[in-house]
Amino acid sequence: MTEIFGVPTQALFGQLLIGLINGSFYALLSLGLAVIFGLLNIINFTHGAQYMLGAFFAYFLLNKAGLGYWWSLAIAPLASGAFGMLIERTMLKQLYKLDHLYGLLLTFGLALIIQGLFRNEYGSSGLPYPIPEELSGARNLGFMFLPNYRAWVIFASLVVCVGTWFVIERTKLGSYLRAATENPALVQAFGINVPRMITLTYGFGVGLAGLAGVMAAPIYQVSPQMGADLIIVVFAVVVIGGMGSIMGSIVTGFALGLVEGLTKVFYPEASNTVIFIIMAIVLMIKPAGLFGTQR
Amino acid sequence: MASEDRAAAGVTREEGSLGHQRIAFTVMVVLFVLAPFVFYPVFLMKALTFALFACAFNLLIGFGGLLSFGHAMFLGTAGYVCAHAAKEWGFNPEFAILFGTGASALLGIVTGLLAIRRQGIYFAMITLALAQMIFFFYVQTPFTKGEDGIQAVPRGMLFGAIDLSRPLAMYFFVLVIFLAGFLLIYRIIHSPFGQVLKAIRENEPRAISLGYRTDQYKLLAFVLSATLAGLAGATKALVFQLASLTDVHWTMSGEVVLMTLLGGLGTVFGPVVGAFIIITMENYLAALGQWVTVIQGAIFVACVLAFRRGIIGELGHWLKKPL
Repeated sequence: MTEIFGVPTQALFGQLLIGLINGSFYALLSLGLAVIFGLLNIINFTHGAQYMLGAFFAYFLLNKAGLGYWWSLAIAPLASGAFGMLIERTMLKQLYKLDHLYGLLLTFGLALIIQGLFRNEYGSSGLPYPIPEELSGARNLGFMFLPNYRAWVIFASLVVCVGTWFVIERTKLGSYLRAATENPALVQAFGINVPRMITLTYGFGVGLAGLAGVMAAPIYQVSPQMGADLIIVVFAVVVIGGMGSIMGSIVTGFALGLVEGLTKVFYPEASNTVIFIIMAIVLMIKPAGLFGTQR
Repeated sequence: MASEDRAAAGVTREEGSLGHQRIAFTVMVVLFVLAPFVFYPVFLMKALTFALFACAFNLLIGFGGLLSFGHAMFLGTAGYVCAHAAKEWGFNPEFAILFGTGASALLGIVTGLLAIRRQGIYFAMITLALAQMIFFFYVQTPFTKGEDGIQAVPRGMLFGAIDLSRPLAMYFFVLVIFLAGFLLIYRIIHSPFGQVLKAIRENEPRAISLGYRTDQYKLLAFVLSATLAGLAGATKALVFQLASLTDVHWTMSGEVVLMTLLGGLGTVFGPVVGAFIIITMENYLAALGQWVTVIQGAIFVACVLAFRRGIIGELGHWLKKPL
């Protein structure tokens, strides 16, 4: 068997693949957080719960309505997004004039409610969600087997991330958004409906979390707990990348997934903590984050 | 002249506030001294340790404006170290507690140096992430005994003379620790240091422009808060004779935020009231399982949306006297 640095290539590439998969989710989730933070100045603690909701939407659609993966991929993000917008309209809206910490506390409370309700109903164990037929199986790349579904997740996540980056950085709509991030009052004075834009942005960010949830359903099991611990890692990713740039959060997400995968190969004891250690180092050297600007 | 008037008014207002806070404090002490003859001492001890934990947390958020979402790491670290010292090394309870508290103080220095490099929301995320790192460390390291935790920790003989296995002896020991911690925090927030801290909370750039090294103040506040949270954790380990992963998990960090928010951020007595309410609720609703989490979440939402001052904050506002 071929080896690299004393590690069988199979194991190495296998872990790198898992790293890339995790990285896809880190990127999608931190992207959503960054988009929301940019305009609302709120750290969305509910993000993990909304990711979990996305996965449960997929599960319900399959088991209650008989709608498969592809339907879920379209419906679940919209449903999560709509739910997010409802939260924004009814609750978050009241907090914009206050200290940003209240937004954090409110979304934390909402996350507790949502996760508690689902744990009540479904316990802590996971529910299985099948891989869609079109994407079952795997192909042999010569040096490793690549399951089709995993390839799809990486591809789809890249497309969504780059698409989001393109919309925000290169289109007129995105320019409004960036302008509103800089100075909402001025943008509103130009006749743009900023409150509606805020609602839609929050809905979009939450929708991304829902989308990530659907994509995660066949890989990890659908469980009420799935978002709770993940979101803390994503927070660390966000601190490392800094929330100043969209591309920054995408690159950091994928890169940290890979680093985590490599750690699993070379020093498994640290695989849970490596991202937090990197965060500590980044804070010492560049407190604003790798791509961030201090604000 | 005008400034002297204002200064004079400030002094009287300050003394007035101290006056009724003294009354409230006396009432609290009397209640706590009588309580073990009415209520179950272990329940009271649990509530007291959490009250101290919440007060320590409040020192940071209420007076320094720094929201830590990782305070469980100080509670848990002190608990583990104290339990280990008492059980494996046979430390006396007072030394075991001091040792555990010291460990949390050290952890506070290290994590504080990192966390104060960012403000506001980032501060919360960084403390949360650091606490999660510490959590994973305790999951893996052997001395914490993994999921079981350190069990059957001996309470021992206080000063070699008082047998703490008697519930009332333990209760009054815990009460003394709580009151010492409470008075220390009270002293800190009414000291010049506390005033500077409040100034930083209100407007950090202005405090910097007045010549204060705000980072040093914030770090000291963070370490003090961590140390007192550690004191609570070490005491808690002896009360329950157990140190487990529950105390380091992020849900514990969330719980202390909830207690303080419910009682009133930045009030003197709020965290105590908040801790007692939450602990009582958990005690009576334990049979409801996950509904406790849902109710906690609902209290969070209600506090943030409807009464941000918290119970004691609202009461103080109504009485026009800060409590």
